[in-house]
Amino acid sequence: MSEQTVTPSAPAAAPAPAPRRALALPGFLSRSTLLRHLVLAVFAGVLLYLLTQQLDPFRNFQLATVAAYLCATAGLTLLVGMNGQLSLGHGALMAVGAYTVALAQNRFADSGITGNQVLPLSLALGVLVTMAAGAVIGLAAARLRGPYLAGVTLAVAVAVPAATVTFDETFNSEQGLSVAVEPPPLSLGLYFPNERWQAWVALTGALLTMLLLANLVRSRVGRNLRAVRDDEVAARLAGIHVGRTQVLAFVVSAASAGLGGGLMALLAQSVSPGAFSLTLSLFLLMAVVIGGLGSLSGAVWGAVLLVALPDLTHDSAQWVSLSPAVAQRLEGNLPLAVFGLTLIVVMIAAPGGVQGLLRRIGARVRRRAPAR
Amino acid sequence: MDRFVFLTFDGLSKGAVLAAFALALVLIWRAARIVNFAQGAMAVAAAYAGYSVTTATGSYWLGFAAALVGGLLIGMVVERAVMRFVDHSSPLSEVIVALGLVLVMQAVLGMVYGNEFLPAGTPFSRNALSVGDVPLLSRYDLFVFGAVLLVLVALAALFTRTAIGLRMRASAFAPEVSRLLGVNVGGMLTLGWALASAVGALAAMLVIPTELGLHPHAMDLVFVSAFTAAVVGGLDSPPGAVVGGLTVGLILSYVSGYLGSDVTPMAVLVLLLAVLLVRPGGLFSSTVARQA
Repeated sequence: MSEQTVTPSAPAAAPAPAPRRALALPGFLSRSTLLRHLVLAVFAGVLLYLLTQQLDPFRNFQLATVAAYLCATAGLTLLVGMNGQLSLGHGALMAVGAYTVALAQNRFADSGITGNQVLPLSLALGVLVTMAAGAVIGLAAARLRGPYLAGVTLAVAVAVPAATVTFDETFNSEQGLSVAVEPPPLSLGLYFPNERWQAWVALTGALLTMLLLANLVRSRVGRNLRAVRDDEVAARLAGIHVGRTQVLAFVVSAASAGLGGGLMALLAQSVSPGAFSLTLSLFLLMAVVIGGLGSLSGAVWGAVLLVALPDLTHDSAQWVSLSPAVAQRLEGNLPLAVFGLTLIVVMIAAPGGVQGLLRRIGARVRRRAPAR
Repeated sequence: MDRFVFLTFDGLSKGAVLAAFALALVLIWRAARIVNFAQGAMAVAAAYAGYSVTTATGSYWLGFAAALVGGLLIGMVVERAVMRFVDHSSPLSEVIVALGLVLVMQAVLGMVYGNEFLPAGTPFSRNALSVGDVPLLSRYDLFVFGAVLLVLVALAALFTRTAIGLRMRASAFAPEVSRLLGVNVGGMLTLGWALASAVGALAAMLVIPTELGLHPHAMDLVFVSAFTAAVVGGLDSPPGAVVGGLTVGLILSYVSGYLGSDVTPMAVLVLLLAVLLVRPGGLFSSTVARQA
């Protein structure tokens, strides 16, 4: 495994990942993984804080969306990339988190509970409920392989949005729920932009997720995950409980997806089944694959791509003048087509994704450097 | 009681379509060890081709033929242009590429035809014929049964009675040996995909008029149900796919009849989980050697 970069980079400030420089680190940093990740996280946090001060509200909102997606893609990378379990149902898990947060926020607002503790509390609730859902699916998933697992998670992705129609008293069917969100705390000033506050909340969640996952990946648990992915029989012979490891991976991954979904609900201030369709699940998988399955930094690229690509195709569609009817058809479908094509091309031509390409380029540069 | 009888026949008619679709999955699984997650999108694309021909010529049957031929062509193109180049060492990559295909196809269909439901016609009336006072089957249901039965018999004859069927089975069973014996293994693989895709297109043509209509996502739930049917039958066995299809069709018909149609997706999920947890290899599986 190469070094995990924990910087959730914004599109504007994406730093090209430096080639591995473990030797240049001070001794105490290369010895302690936790310390190194903490330093990186604090560094990234400060950078992002400065960035949110500079960006206009719209870009801040996009940054917040990237952060929310990042929670889900990081969790999915852990599951697919590190543990070899394919999930097509992470969009549905995001829906579980989002609906829980929505219901919790509205319940708090109805009973007049306000204050700073409300937001973390409902997000934590969202994560817990999604973890429970993930444990149920994970228990089934641990017994399934390859296409069977993909089929079951596909069924989950189709069934969960339909469940909002069946239990429409709670979930209000296709219309969905609006989410009561308090304005930014008054201590930040009366005219503090809401988008910047949203970006702060979402980025905190994303940084926390990345920090925890990066440590998990580098720990004994992470080694077990990869051992199970590479060879189940060998892992079992080495004393690893394969089923337990797989369920654990699913639960951790679901928790991240739940947090991502909860953040999405807060950002959009509404939840509806249409936002968590099968397409979202496929998008997440696509983001993870294109970003690079091998490492958590790939998840960052994937999350950035999920926000940037629709924006780019939208802008490029504006360049060509089209009749409104054609433009309307292209609007939603062009990004889908681009995503799908990229997915196929990456899978066939560059299975390592963006992060794999960067690593190969980095390795080549370093090999050439001493020769000069 | 009348309701039960009606639901049973309705379920059998749905089940026949699911059986055909599951059979398409089984065909590709047997030929290439790939579960074709793009099957639904490919079938919808073929159905759209049929729709275009029907609106241009005004003839249902020309459109029907166009959909089947379109299915054959789509299957060939998908295998030749995409699936052939996928790294087969991990089952993940095939599934992911198929999902990429789903995104592309649904997007292109949405761009060309728009993302709204288009009405799909039927060649026969869908009003149920009554025996005594009990409504049983419509002419359309009879057409569905006939078409699926015809395909089943034709496929069985092809695989067990003809030289080309023998070559297809041989190249799936032992590709290296077949190549040495002069079988065009790559060509057989393409033919397998084309056949499966045409059967999928037939299923789409049969099922879409009974649902909401033609839509890029029209086959999503049908695909999941057919996958369940194929798993019930054991993914490897064509008769299993037929029995699985009829079983799943009946169960879904009862569920949507007695509990409401919006419960169907959850019923599919529960059924799939139940089968996989109790008998992961399906009802018709042979014993597999244990790994460790």
